[in-house]
Amino acid sequence: MSRIDKRFRSLADQGRKALVPYITGGDPTPEVTVDYMHALVESGADIIELGVPFSDPMADGPVIQKACERALKHGTRLTDLLAMVAEFRRQDDDTPVVLMGYLNPIERLGIERFAREARAAGVDGVLVVDMPPEEADELGPLLEAEDLAPIFLVAPTTSPERAATICAHAHGYLYYVSLKGVTGSASLNADDVAAHLAPLRELTDLPLCVGFGIRDGASAAEVAKVADGVIVGSALVSRIAEHCDAPREAIAELKAVMTEIRQALDA
Amino acid sequence: MSKFSELTQWPDARGHYGAYGGRFVSETLSFALDDLSRTYESLKDDPDFQAEFDHDLAHYVGRPSPLYHARRWSAQLGGAQIWLKREDLNHTGAHKVNNTIGQALLAKKSGKPRVIAETGAGQHGVATATVAARLGLRCDVYMGEADTERQKLNVYRMRLLGANVIPVTSGTRTLKDAMNEALRDWVTNVDDTFYIIGTVAGPHPYPQLVRDFNAVVGREARRQSLEQFGKLPDALIACVGGGSNAMGLFYPFVEDDGVEMYGVEAGGDGVETGRHAAPLASGAPRGVLHGNRTYLMSDEGGQVSDTHSISAGLDYPGVGPEHALWKDVGRVNYVAANDDAVLEAFRELTHVEGIMPALESAHALAHAKVLAPTLSPDQNIVVNLSGRGDKDILTVAKIDGIDL
Repeated sequence: MSRIDKRFRSLADQGRKALVPYITGGDPTPEVTVDYMHALVESGADIIELGVPFSDPMADGPVIQKACERALKHGTRLTDLLAMVAEFRRQDDDTPVVLMGYLNPIERLGIERFAREARAAGVDGVLVVDMPPEEADELGPLLEAEDLAPIFLVAPTTSPERAATICAHAHGYLYYVSLKGVTGSASLNADDVAAHLAPLRELTDLPLCVGFGIRDGASAAEVAKVADGVIVGSALVSRIAEHCDAPREAIAELKAVMTEIRQALDA
Repeated sequence: MSKFSELTQWPDARGHYGAYGGRFVSETLSFALDDLSRTYESLKDDPDFQAEFDHDLAHYVGRPSPLYHARRWSAQLGGAQIWLKREDLNHTGAHKVNNTIGQALLAKKSGKPRVIAETGAGQHGVATATVAARLGLRCDVYMGEADTERQKLNVYRMRLLGANVIPVTSGTRTLKDAMNEALRDWVTNVDDTFYIIGTVAGPHPYPQLVRDFNAVVGREARRQSLEQFGKLPDALIACVGGGSNAMGLFYPFVEDDGVEMYGVEAGGDGVETGRHAAPLASGAPRGVLHGNRTYLMSDEGGQVSDTHSISAGLDYPGVGPEHALWKDVGRVNYVAANDDAVLEAFRELTHVEGIMPALESAHALAHAKVLAPTLSPDQNIVVNLSGRGDKDILTVAKIDGIDL
């Protein structure tokens, strides 16, 4: 069983919800990313989404755009992220890691090589923001062949027919985008999320995680009433941004944000 | 039977042009693109819709645009006869308005009260602001901050037309960043906003509908060629950034095997210097950006490259997916013209024919200067004069050391 499936199985057994933090790899410097990952696990992360920096992050708001710019200033590449995951795995063989990013860096590396090296590094899932299932003919099967879960987004605007297509392609979990907008947008509406998740339950047994607009314990707990997990990105990345000059000082704040959300989820 | 007949079958149902095109967008936009595809499919062969489009082109844009025989310039170059397709004479001064008229009709059918656009040189922004004013739609135009500086006149034109111009400060502050920001706006306001994309790039169905709305240029040029010089042209030349004016001119000739086609990209300081915006002519790798797969200037890590061109409208690292296919099958020769040669062509046409071309269009003219002398006086070249040069006066004056 994959690390992702194992993690959701054990969470379900305990009646707990998944806390899925997102940070951009290499932000603000490549040296601190693995330490950030361990800190996230220590403060309650169940799965880590590691963002692959891209020059043109079209689905991201200003917070993650700037994170990409900081990471790229140091020349962080996709191959560097794979090395970071491999290093993370030396101490942590349990916490699933999902790479999240855009298609061009993956295609430029070569999709076969990417799938092979991602597995070897210890990656568990891949979410390509600008690759809907209709365009996943090439990369999707390669990921599955390497036991990497292709993770797809479902949006408030997704039709029931499309949702069925997405569920047929997805593994690991579904990432439900809580609102129309870019990452780091205004707060989500929990009732609206609940209304959209219900029909998805009919279509799939995959765990449903909700992201975009979750910034603290209160919003996380609200969403966790109807979801299997919450994804927190910009709220963490904005803390990293405040400590660019002394990146290790962000660790305490990351842990504080995580701990608050963890406690709210477990309460 | 043309050896290129199969090129008329694209795009396929999923918006692919061979290996290119497609719909690489985040999930939130998929429904809006499905919706747009359905709307366009239901209208594109509808005689009433076509009649409305043709009426607007005739009475608002001023079509057909002339095919002008540049006799003096042809004689001076000492080769083929050069004919200029005068898109510069359209209302708003460029070919861009053909597409915005078409998309505005779609926006009207959709009932959405707001339109957005990205713009580089500002011509598409002006054309969008113009149709928005005419239809009473709210209009926001995203423009890279670097471009708002070098195209100040168009920024003010848009504001006079009632549009809100939003300078984009992320990334390289040029056209590609404006498109990123427009896509972010669209994903946020998709319920009440129609995105009018200005070139034959972006997610399906945009490359198709922008091509179809601009193909009036080639249909007219084909008819005018037969009327005015009694045969089809030997060659067509058009500049290529995203590639909408080139696609518009070329598409109706695609099955005319005897008609050579030249797409002229922005060579900047020279393709060999790396400071250019010529993905096709420089042999850039395939990539995915702004919703489509195409040839894309990017580094080994897959990060999109900075581009350089004297003309803001061509300063783009990718190119429309249908051009990528046409490069592969050899239907079009893609070449580059450097900034120096472009300026020379700009000045030459202004002096010899009294026509001041846009710097974008001057790329096509620069290649006409190369090609014409290699042909004989009984041969004919049609050059798409895609826009007028008024907007570039400040840029040229600055190069001349003159502060207006």
